[in-house]
Amino acid sequence: MPENNTVAVTSLEKKFGNFTAVNRINFEVSGGEIFGFLGPNGAGKSTTIRMLCGIISPTSGSGKVGGFDIIKEQGKIKQNIGYMSQRFSLYDDLTVEENIDFYSGIYRVPKDEKQARKEKIIGLAGLEAFRHRLTSTLSGGWKQRLALGCAIIHKPKIIFLDEPTSGVDPITRNNFWAIIKDMARNGITVFVTTHYMDEAENCGRMALIYKGSIIAMGTPEEMKTKIMKNTVLDIRVAKGEDWLDKIETLKGVEEAALFGVSIHAVVKDERAAIDAIKDIFKRSGLKDYKVTKIKATLEDVFVSLIEDYDKEHDESKKS
Amino acid sequence: MNLRRVSAISRKEFIQIIRDPRSLALAIVIPMILIVLFGFALSLDIDNIPLAIWDRDNTRASVDFLLNFKNSKYFQIIGYYDNYRDLQRLIDSGKAMMAMVIEKDFSQDLLSGRPAPVQLILDGSDSNTATIALGYANAVVTQYNTNIILNIMKKYTKENPTPVNLQSRIWFNPDFQSKLFIVPGLIAVIIMIISSLLTSLTVAREWERGTMEQLISTPVRRAELLLGKFLPYFAIGFFDLIMSVLLGVFAFGVPMRGSVILLLILSSVFLTGALTQGMLISIVTKNQRTASQLAILSSFLPTFLLSGFTYEIFNMPKVVQALTFLIPARYYIIILRGIYLKAVGLDVLWRPSLLLCIFAFIIVSVAIRKFKKKIA
Repeated sequence: MPENNTVAVTSLEKKFGNFTAVNRINFEVSGGEIFGFLGPNGAGKSTTIRMLCGIISPTSGSGKVGGFDIIKEQGKIKQNIGYMSQRFSLYDDLTVEENIDFYSGIYRVPKDEKQARKEKIIGLAGLEAFRHRLTSTLSGGWKQRLALGCAIIHKPKIIFLDEPTSGVDPITRNNFWAIIKDMARNGITVFVTTHYMDEAENCGRMALIYKGSIIAMGTPEEMKTKIMKNTVLDIRVAKGEDWLDKIETLKGVEEAALFGVSIHAVVKDERAAIDAIKDIFKRSGLKDYKVTKIKATLEDVFVSLIEDYDKEHDESKKS
Repeated sequence: MNLRRVSAISRKEFIQIIRDPRSLALAIVIPMILIVLFGFALSLDIDNIPLAIWDRDNTRASVDFLLNFKNSKYFQIIGYYDNYRDLQRLIDSGKAMMAMVIEKDFSQDLLSGRPAPVQLILDGSDSNTATIALGYANAVVTQYNTNIILNIMKKYTKENPTPVNLQSRIWFNPDFQSKLFIVPGLIAVIIMIISSLLTSLTVAREWERGTMEQLISTPVRRAELLLGKFLPYFAIGFFDLIMSVLLGVFAFGVPMRGSVILLLILSSVFLTGALTQGMLISIVTKNQRTASQLAILSSFLPTFLLSGFTYEIFNMPKVVQALTFLIPARYYIIILRGIYLKAVGLDVLWRPSLLLCIFAFIIVSVAIRKFKKKIA
């Protein structure tokens, strides 16, 4: 079965009353891929993931998860996927082991494998010391690890993680991504949402969703090169905060922000912008500065894509 | 329906109940407290009615007349007074329920064959008790009058006249002990309240804590989830039932005359309906606070007021009477009292039993239908 761990949706739409949470999106995820679903809060990430997991029904459109139809074959999908919701959703008043046992029963893990799988999950999540602790006494990071463990107890082919690392310390986050990458190496498809742009680098491919629409899709490299139409300039100058306003209001500068000791400016026309910036410095008699073109980070890419989108849609509304 | 899943849910639910002292108290302790409290306090027996007396005649005849009240177990003479102010004060303060004034010429009137007036003042604020008290007083006076007439007739005819002699035999509860009547009904009230309250939290809690979303993403079926949740509460309800029966027998001396097996079977049907009613409320409200309030309201009030537990159904206005047909506890109380006191079986109780089954069936089907494994 070539498509038993793929995801594909066509014109998927979800409306809540008059509000369009997800606006006719299309994408495909191939087997064993880590697919990042990125976007700010309220962009439609969770709604999409919930439609894929059969938790809510789409308003229109179609899709397949693991080769099964998301509208007609939800039962089959659910046996083959793991889902970790944004909000912690295990039982606080059960211990770590009891939670694992519960999901093991729900997914009908074969009795002879039950114990071994539980041990594996506890080992993977590093929960050995906490196995008899009440879940309510665990800190955020450990809870998330347990939630991930419970979501993969039945060896799903596809796993959906909705903001798995929100509110988690950086070390646990790295650890989490190590587990995710490990799963992908074993052929599990990982569909993950996040609003941490630095995490997106871990994804094989990603889609940027904004106001319900997918506005860009590709590998991290494609995002930074092909999809990013603007250039990012790094301006090193003393007292950068004093210059920020002036640079931001220059013609051709889309956006400027302080970035450590320098200013990052996103510009449309590289040549013209560099000249304009140099011009202000020259007029104030400043000599000690440096303007260089740098590679855009994913954050730069997303910020400029979102601004472009907003501008376009504001104009289309006005006209 | 997969038993692995059902048992996983039952086990989880059971652990949650025993880890939560509040729900444990609600499940085990409260029913026991209720039955003891109600069993002792909710006595509908009326005796020792406090009676104040002003005897203005104060002759042998009046004392003789009053002796009839003194010797009755229904009245307790709290004192003799000589003015209306005192009597009024006693009735106002509730120290006396009745006040009796014997007029000055009581004995003379009696001797000369004129009607001898006796004034009886009653506190009618509790109309039910007042009616019963008045009935008792009437009975005492009638008996007194009969004796007078019989004596006079005897004097003239030298024969023993024989008026109608009513020979009454009271079945099932010869001493009119209200506890024999109340305790079986109380079981229905307790089972109804506790069951629907216990389960009213179970589904709503999952929605509130977000655990429902995780469950929805799993292949678990609606019926499996509901049955898994149902079973541990059924066990608790059954335990409460047995405890109530035992308490009734050993603490209140209420005999279980009929078939215990039949009682347990029909109680299970009632229990199923009550538990599912709570679950249905939980499913619809998705909010623990609303659910528990609604559960109390929808179980306590109808069961207490409209089931025939406290108020006789045939005394109610016709519209309210029609309403009582919708209260499953009504049928259950008939069954309980029938098995408990009359030792009757299904040959007599088939109708309420059948209706109880129909109710349970309807509520279970509605609960399953209403429970959607979907967020929106």
